[in-house]
Amino acid sequence: MTFHDLKANRREILTSVGAGGLTLAFAMASKAEAQDDGLKPLNAYVQVAPNGKVTIQAKNPEVGQGIKTMLPMLIAEELDVAWEDVVIETAPNDPKAYGRQFAGGSMATPLHWEELRRVGAVARAMLIQAAATAWNCGPGDCTTAPGEVIHTASGKKRTYGSLALACANVTAPDPKSLTLKDPKAYRIIGKPKAQYDVAKIVTGQPLFGIDIRRPGMLYATYEKAPVFAAKVAGADLDAAKSVKGVRKAFIVEGDPNAFSPGGGAIGQGLMPGVAVVADSWWAARKGRDKLNTKWAEHPTSKQSSKLYAEQAKAMAAGKAQRTARNDGDVDAALKASAKTVEAAYYYPFLSHANLEPQNCTAEFKDGKLEIWAPTQFPEPGRQLTAKTLGMKPEDITVHMIRGGGGFGRRLANDYMVEAAWIARETGAPVKLLWTREDDMAHDHYRPAGFHYFRGGVDAAGNVTAWHDHFVTFGEGATPAPSAGMSGAEYPARFVANCRLEVSSMPLGVPTGPLRAPGSNALAFVMQSFIDELAHAANADPLAFQITLLGTKDVVGEAPAAYGAGRMRGVLQAVGEMSGWANRAKLPKGEGLGVACYYSHLGYFAEVAHVAVAADGAVKVKKVWVAADVGSQIINPLGAINQVQGSVLDGLSEALHQAITIDAGRVEQSNFTDYPLMRISEAPAVEVKFLKTAFPPTGLGEPALPPAIPALTNAIFAATGKRIRSLPITPDMLKA
Amino acid sequence: MAYTLNVNGKAVSADVDGDTPLLWALRDTLGFVGTKYGCGVAACGACTVHVDGEPMRSCQIPVESVGKAKISTIEGMAAHPVGKKVQAAWMELDVAQCGYCQAGQIMSATALLAKTPKPNDAQIDEAMNGNICRCATYVRIRAAIKRASGQKEA
Repeated sequence: MTFHDLKANRREILTSVGAGGLTLAFAMASKAEAQDDGLKPLNAYVQVAPNGKVTIQAKNPEVGQGIKTMLPMLIAEELDVAWEDVVIETAPNDPKAYGRQFAGGSMATPLHWEELRRVGAVARAMLIQAAATAWNCGPGDCTTAPGEVIHTASGKKRTYGSLALACANVTAPDPKSLTLKDPKAYRIIGKPKAQYDVAKIVTGQPLFGIDIRRPGMLYATYEKAPVFAAKVAGADLDAAKSVKGVRKAFIVEGDPNAFSPGGGAIGQGLMPGVAVVADSWWAARKGRDKLNTKWAEHPTSKQSSKLYAEQAKAMAAGKAQRTARNDGDVDAALKASAKTVEAAYYYPFLSHANLEPQNCTAEFKDGKLEIWAPTQFPEPGRQLTAKTLGMKPEDITVHMIRGGGGFGRRLANDYMVEAAWIARETGAPVKLLWTREDDMAHDHYRPAGFHYFRGGVDAAGNVTAWHDHFVTFGEGATPAPSAGMSGAEYPARFVANCRLEVSSMPLGVPTGPLRAPGSNALAFVMQSFIDELAHAANADPLAFQITLLGTKDVVGEAPAAYGAGRMRGVLQAVGEMSGWANRAKLPKGEGLGVACYYSHLGYFAEVAHVAVAADGAVKVKKVWVAADVGSQIINPLGAINQVQGSVLDGLSEALHQAITIDAGRVEQSNFTDYPLMRISEAPAVEVKFLKTAFPPTGLGEPALPPAIPALTNAIFAATGKRIRSLPITPDMLKA
Repeated sequence: MAYTLNVNGKAVSADVDGDTPLLWALRDTLGFVGTKYGCGVAACGACTVHVDGEPMRSCQIPVESVGKAKISTIEGMAAHPVGKKVQAAWMELDVAQCGYCQAGQIMSATALLAKTPKPNDAQIDEAMNGNICRCATYVRIRAAIKRASGQKEA
């Protein structure tokens, strides 16, 4: 019997817990409801087996951020169990029991740091109570060591396993009534733990969405229009069906409201297309090759990256559509500045390029639908699927399957609704797998953007004026997903005369969050332009950054408070780590660049060391990272991996990646024309975490944004050439 | 038609069209799902297997061309004298993030170390450049290859 079978039968009482505003479900099954073997979970997360093994539910989807290991560490610590005795299962998608289950925003740590330690503490208290009842003493007379309750006075012991059955009679205490461990006593938190599934990964065992197999399962491919949301005008279904192994080929009309060009919410519904279903995926693909699909005309088929750039330039020359902030008098301050700088910046659309292409497996049985999905956000997928297929959400079960990379792409569930639709039409379990080309052509792209800056410095090297006109995409005042900018975007609030303006143009391309959304683009332009002002002022760029941050520790109020003191701390640290003071001794053609950025509650400062060759080739020799994510690194092994990967991901974006649009469609199709960083380009990345008194925060994203301007600022230091457009090409830097 | 293949030292039969890439015969027909699909054009290395000991992209090998060649996949590496050392190093350093590319990485690294027991950085770059890691775990991939070959890691 699995943990989930047990839970399906128990009565739940919802108990509200303060942290994160989430709720926890605690099992309080009466004896009558207890299972035959009498065992039941202590709560939604923890079950103790008679052999002492403790099964812990990992509530969030795993996409490589290490969450399946990290969240159970919090529970295991307070439960006081040896890590070797912990068995981790991925929890069912069950928001009533677990609250919101998602992988996004680097939010797992801040949302669960307190709450899941209390879950472990509750389970420990229940085990203590069971032992105290057996010993006829008070719980205060007992303590624990890993895996056992100890009677303090006599030294008597009971293993957790021996108490598993007795816990059925114990009422869970109020989580808030319990005292959590002193961090000095931690045995698991703060200790390096390898990913729970590491052995399965290195031996190639089935683990990912693409590996799912069901009895009688067929394989599907789904062709959609290169111009987003264009309808099918015709397809040679018979030709596809003539291929050996092809069982079905059919047109899907799609949801007419699936995609709203230029605006709308993250994610999209069922887009029109043609499905081919076969005995094998290869047969389905061969069938698809014979479709010769014709697509209907579509209003966005004239759009192109070239036109976006022309429109942006024209819009920048006119009056901005909206003002996000206007402090002081920017124009007067610019006139009074000792030096002024004007610059236009650009960054392209980007694809997530998860190495595992989007896929999903769906199976109907007795009017119910079961889905296996590598998704970062299962519940909205369940709701979308229910709505699109006209089903009740409670008739749909979504299993969270490990994703071969997330990066925000799998927060949308388009592949899920496609798989469900195709499985129902087919009348058999279906695994839908996108081709790499499908994946690159049907992403929710990081939006491109254009920034037109003016800035000024005084004779003492202070920033006196800051003006950014951001030309982005959207419908009216509503930005396309991930295409917005807040009026608090740094250095707003740190410069007395500051104007942030926004203008938008319509867009026929779906956009969405890419790792560190917004920040992954804004850090490049803001931190580059700050570096431009530093050089205009003949200042040391790192000292200039520290001066700009002022003397206050905190500027602004929650939720937009900016920990200026924390940022100064990481800047100072990265200066020391990188030997910043000695940068003048570097050979010709080499340079150090510094950048900092606050995102996802984390403060990061990074220095890149680059060498630029005469032919314009950029070699990143090393990157140093100083990070402040609070008082505790929960799993150092995973934490360093996330930071190093984020930095290299940022460098890869800056050095290689661009999605361009022509005739309303994406021009890139595979890693041949959308290259990713390879090992020969990967520098060493040295990471230091500054421990501060603040609550721990997440690490999936915040190390990425400053990596890009650290690189471009280093290129300026090495060559005197300012990178104002991404990606960086050797042509920009030829001597 | 049915093709008899030698996979991880055992004869197995795959009833597929001759133009089916070895990748899909392994995954969908024979159930060796450790070998991954990433690009279909030999640009990412996720589908790397050994063909008579040589690292090859299985997405580019039609089943009809395999003949008597010995195919090794990630599922066979625990029984491979070098492969098991590489797997151990990968586990010790906790190389993976999402893990999707790592079977291909391990196959390329094993083939490298089988021929070049103590590779230098340039040799690692050359042997591993065909394998994309989207999570960019390259720092640890390099360290794990050094560890598996008994060299200093940094």
